Amino acid sequence: MPLLETGRRVRDRWTHLSDTDAPPDEAAPVTVSLARLTAERDALLARPGDLGVRLPNAAAVADLVGLLDGDTNRLGLIVLTFPAFKDGRAYTQARQLRETHGYRGSLRATGDVLRDQFFFMARCGIDAVEVDLPESAAEAAWRSALDEVRSVYQPAADGRTPIDVLRRHTAPGREVAA
Amino acid sequence: MYQYDAHDQALVDQRVDQFRDQVARRLSGDLTEDQFKPLRLMNGLYLQLHAYMLRVAVPYGTLSGDQMRVLAHIARRYDRGYGHFTTRQNIQYNWIKLEEAPDILADMARVQMHAIQTSGNCIRNVTADPWAGVAPDEIEDPRVTAEILRQWSTLHPEFSFLPRKFKIAITGAPNDRAAVKVHDIGLRMHRDPDSGEAGYEVIVGGGLGRTPVIGKTIRRFLPKDHLLSYLEAIMRVYNAHGRRDNIYKARIKILVDALGIDAFRDQVEAEWQALKDGPLTVPAETYAAIRARFALPPYDEGLTGSVSTLRLDEAADPALARWIRANVAPHRVPGYGIVNVSLKAPGQIPGDATASQMERIADLADRYSLGEVRVTKDQNLVLPHVRLDDLPALWRALDAADLASPNVGLVSDIIACPGLDYCSLANARSIPLAQALSERFADMARAQDIGELHINISGCINACAHHHVGHIGILGVDQKGKELYQITLGGRSDDNATLGKVVGPAVPADRAVELIAGFVDTYLAIRHPGERFIDTVARTGTAPFKETLHAAA
Repeated sequence: MPLLETGRRVRDRWTHLSDTDAPPDEAAPVTVSLARLTAERDALLARPGDLGVRLPNAAAVADLVGLLDGDTNRLGLIVLTFPAFKDGRAYTQARQLRETHGYRGSLRATGDVLRDQFFFMARCGIDAVEVDLPESAAEAAWRSALDEVRSVYQPAADGRTPIDVLRRHTAPGREVAA
Repeated sequence: MYQYDAHDQALVDQRVDQFRDQVARRLSGDLTEDQFKPLRLMNGLYLQLHAYMLRVAVPYGTLSGDQMRVLAHIARRYDRGYGHFTTRQNIQYNWIKLEEAPDILADMARVQMHAIQTSGNCIRNVTADPWAGVAPDEIEDPRVTAEILRQWSTLHPEFSFLPRKFKIAITGAPNDRAAVKVHDIGLRMHRDPDSGEAGYEVIVGGGLGRTPVIGKTIRRFLPKDHLLSYLEAIMRVYNAHGRRDNIYKARIKILVDALGIDAFRDQVEAEWQALKDGPLTVPAETYAAIRARFALPPYDEGLTGSVSTLRLDEAADPALARWIRANVAPHRVPGYGIVNVSLKAPGQIPGDATASQMERIADLADRYSLGEVRVTKDQNLVLPHVRLDDLPALWRALDAADLASPNVGLVSDIIACPGLDYCSLANARSIPLAQALSERFADMARAQDIGELHINISGCINACAHHHVGHIGILGVDQKGKELYQITLGGRSDDNATLGKVVGPAVPADRAVELIAGFVDTYLAIRHPGERFIDTVARTGTAPFKETLHAAA
């Protein structure tokens, strides 16, 4: 299944460990389940290699933040889960991580990820997706999905300027053309 | 009437192109029906019993004459010549072809309309007092807030895949004409007793459907600049914790009830701390800028009088006098009235209007009502700015289009969902029962004597016609393949919102008509002078009415 990071098709550099696998070597970037991170926190954080976590969508972001002593940037990747496309809990997790807790690493959407969700995902700060699309079509799908609606009303995690801010910074009589 | 600026227009235009592409991908087979379903639902397109149904948003129920003409055009060009106004101030069309839906959206976009989020598990069209901006008891025009909420909720990045649909209503007046206590979030504007500043009481977890609940106050007074950050905090707690394992337990009312309002409030407050005073703050200049976009042509100056003191010439024109008494309400501007247009002529399908009727209303709005029309949650229309001296001419014009039934708020002003005639969820038909009841109570003089009485008929437990809060509520049920109707008494959706109580077993349609006629007779026999039906039920309880039940059996 293609993996897109900021819209580019990439090979996954991360090793996703089960709860019993040992890391391939000290420097290898690995992800673990939230349960394993909780159980082996000190050892995992002490490794020189990058660390990521796979976050169930029912998990409280505040608990993960607590586990990391408030510094989410000790992680390089947080894998979010969409068990079904209708289950939108991970959108809230994404925005809490980015906007409330200042997380700057990668946020990856996995599970039932559809092209028509890319817009919402990107707005919530998700920069990577595993999506069931033909390899050749994936990059174009990301680009077009993000470009379909360019005007947004809400401040969110993607840095787009909301319409209300545009309005307030547009002198009266000098409206931005459609 | 809110006028889009270039940004609002750009978003709606982009959305039309996006949906056109989604429909093309569905028709070519690139999208499965399962994948397409949430996309079409977010554009108001349902698959019903016979065809696609398109629900068009009428934000907070306000329309211009030009917009109404486009609604008529859609009815004629893409449907079967009529549309159905709903209890959420929207309009829906029942005979839509999927391949034409993008063209319909494009036609609507040209007059600043859309169908965004009229269905799906997202924040739905925000509803408001249909007399907003013109009611004499108003603190502030709630449409300014409703428009800010429309913008904030449109394609919301975080709240487009909620556990379940989410409905917000707002009233700007102490007399609640928006049923704010039976919405997922209800906002009631009021003034802070100390500072005199206007703000919101925030009510959460109300709702009808399978589990009717009266909403609870989560915050007594929310200053206006915190509107969006506070609502975002509520939505965030709901999105994270609302149940997703059972569709019937997924509304916010279930979460609020499970946690208790105090624990729910604590969670919202904790989330709010992260959001408060951030980019979601709504500055006074935003309120002012949105308000300015509602500007109307000026009222005529120098007029005097109010409809409540108008001298009516009963002898010369009793029908006109009756219509004015029932359908015209006082306006905040001297010399003007609020004209309520009934879509409930005896035997008519509640809320239905033909393309010609819509065009007639549009023309009359342009001529007599500063170009503005409203849609009400009671499935009627309103011409909100009519000069009192224009009333006779307007009445004659409405009457010619069968739109002058003098029954607004009366027994024959029946609220009904589409029911089993159209809807795939329904257990029973609503429309024929509504027609039978309105014919039974067709005597308008008697209806005025009976006075205010709301009958609401829902064809299933989803309660689209708000039967729990009808003074007389009727719920269609299916018992062993028979269509039966369960009757409740004493419900109301005003500031004293109450759920009705069941009286007797479910009965067939003809028996329901007889029983309701009996309830009305009982009321007439036992009412105190000046007492409305709902007040009598509140005073006596359902006992005297149950006697009717036995007597008539």
